Amino acid sequence: MEIRSMHFKARAGEKLADVQLQQNLKRAKSKFVDMRAAAITELDDFEATREAGKDLRDRTLKDLDLWLERFEQEASRRGATVLWAKDGAEVCQRVIDIARRHGVKKVTKSKSMLSEEAGLNQALEAAGIQPVETDLGEYILQINDNEPPSHIIAPVFHKSREDVSALFARTHKLAPKTDIEAMTREAREVLRPHFLSADMGISGGNFLVAETGSVALVTNEGNGRMVTTLPRVHVVVTGIEKVVPTLEDLATLMRLLPRSATGQSISNYFSVLTGKRQQGDQDGPEHMYFVLVDSGRADLVGGEFAEMLRCIRCGACMNHCPVYQAVGGHAYGWVYPGPMGSVLTPLFAGLENALDLPQAATLCNQCGVVCPVKIPLPDLLRRLREKQVEQRLRPLAERLALRTWAWVARRPAFYALGTKIGVRYLNWLAGGESRIRVLGLAPEWTQGRDFPAPEGRTFRELYKQRH
Amino acid sequence: MRVGLFVTCLVDLMRPRIGFSALKLLEAAGCEVVVPATQTCCGQPAYNSGDRAGALSLAKKVLAEFGDCDYLVAPSGSCAGMIRSHYADLAKDEPGLAPRMAQLSAKTYELTDFLASVVKLERVPGKFEGSITYHDSCAGLRELGVKRQPRALLAKMPGVRLTEMPGAEECCGFGGAFSVKFGEISAAIAEKKCDAIRATRVDAVVLGDLGCMLNIEGKLRRMGDETTRVLHVAELLAGDL
Repeated sequence: MEIRSMHFKARAGEKLADVQLQQNLKRAKSKFVDMRAAAITELDDFEATREAGKDLRDRTLKDLDLWLERFEQEASRRGATVLWAKDGAEVCQRVIDIARRHGVKKVTKSKSMLSEEAGLNQALEAAGIQPVETDLGEYILQINDNEPPSHIIAPVFHKSREDVSALFARTHKLAPKTDIEAMTREAREVLRPHFLSADMGISGGNFLVAETGSVALVTNEGNGRMVTTLPRVHVVVTGIEKVVPTLEDLATLMRLLPRSATGQSISNYFSVLTGKRQQGDQDGPEHMYFVLVDSGRADLVGGEFAEMLRCIRCGACMNHCPVYQAVGGHAYGWVYPGPMGSVLTPLFAGLENALDLPQAATLCNQCGVVCPVKIPLPDLLRRLREKQVEQRLRPLAERLALRTWAWVARRPAFYALGTKIGVRYLNWLAGGESRIRVLGLAPEWTQGRDFPAPEGRTFRELYKQRH
Repeated sequence: MRVGLFVTCLVDLMRPRIGFSALKLLEAAGCEVVVPATQTCCGQPAYNSGDRAGALSLAKKVLAEFGDCDYLVAPSGSCAGMIRSHYADLAKDEPGLAPRMAQLSAKTYELTDFLASVVKLERVPGKFEGSITYHDSCAGLRELGVKRQPRALLAKMPGVRLTEMPGAEECCGFGGAFSVKFGEISAAIAEKKCDAIRATRVDAVVLGDLGCMLNIEGKLRRMGDETTRVLHVAELLAGDL
């Protein structure tokens, strides 16, 4: 996917001015947050489960190569073919090769963020293969001129029912419907022939299980099952970090994932798919492939951003992020939005391509406390800020301001003088009022709010006088 | 008990009164309070901007100024959180420094946490008749667990009527340098917070951090709300209104 993260600030401004979007964001947010809060109380000790999830992810990632080898052995033993892709281009190449080998004309897809990373749909189209998104949200985006998703589990988080109604009427050339059930039925009717006629299904993978060579799929719409069982060929495209050792480990993470994501105890559908169709099986694909993708993940193992690999893509961090909730996912400009995206985008797409993202956070840690695998997202964002400073990627004015501040703050006499002058300057700006309406030193502050005037003298001046 | 008062740079510059309120409360609790004259900043602006070296040099300065106190107390969850939760990270590459930094971190408290949990202040000097809502600042709440402490202290003031607002634990959008780098987003987040405050129809919103205080007051006034007071918990508890 094309990287547009360098335009974060300008796009955030557009999103803030979009009245309809602001309404949609507000509605969607409270639902996710409230439902999660209720769902985590079902477990006696959600905190201990988070800790267990964190430990098991860390343990696995430490020996990632070994678990991947084990996965490959077990999956191969059950008739699946495991392929590796080092980047998005290789993902597209592998999938197109598979499609050509099996004479595939049409592909149904269930949700896969990795296929977004790789730009797989565009590549398939260019190769003359028709991709059809079947996740309702992804389908809506595809028929809206391939709009990118704005949320990792709710791709149309930014859209209202009315938006979708108008789009359906336009695309399906049917009378507009406003009832969600009726719209869903309409989508189902449009998608059904695609399910039946597709030669190949592509799914993502929420987890890979090393001991059985299985892929686990967590979905709410049932489309995942049709994509993975109806066509002759099933291709799983997912990241190498998704592997867990055992089914028991999968169970631990499944206590965390749906609750953190949508506030469900369990998703409507949960599939563990193991190998291609065997003799005596009633359904399943004749051919099963795994395309396991690196795209920057292997480089993170054992490094200072290794904790990010624990991520199980639940979206809780963005659901609880004040910045994401203010601007929505599109402002972030690449595949992954919100706090996890602000860490992943610079790591996967280049620090210099996403200078704003690590900065565009209040470090409030609402993300860190809800993360089901306890990723310290604010710490990672801060570390990325350190990288920007080390690589001299911050603007000169900012570097100078910081250096001056640190220099003065280390010299109490200068500091006392500086604040004494500063406080008088601010008071002069306030002109006898309790507020400053335009602050030239920090114009962005006063564009949207006043700056309260200082009392008039510094604490240190007054304290000296009194003691 | 010798308590070092870390005034914080924003109190020093913007609201010295709150520094004196903190002093008064600590003395009311029977503490011997020292206010090191050379103190400036905890280093958080540098730390959060990615300037580790600058932050570390200020952390060493704080250690030199407060190392011999029994406690370091700040009227800010943000600055106390910086010292308590992040100084260890800053010192980790200097083996000789790390244990002394850890000692400093362990004896650092946010003001209401110190008053309620350590010295267990019984009588609160302040008097206030009116309704309030409490905004939980991010660092105090999520780094230091400050939630029940200010409420317990305010409960000792018979005239205070607390109405909780929805989303009291959500960020106000300040975020230090974020508020001036991304002013538009920051102000939009502040607006949501101010809407929640105003919906409670209270006389005052009370909080424990200067950053949030300036942000919320600035936004309320820009929204045309001239009546809702924005008070630091220290000035309310000390009766310095």
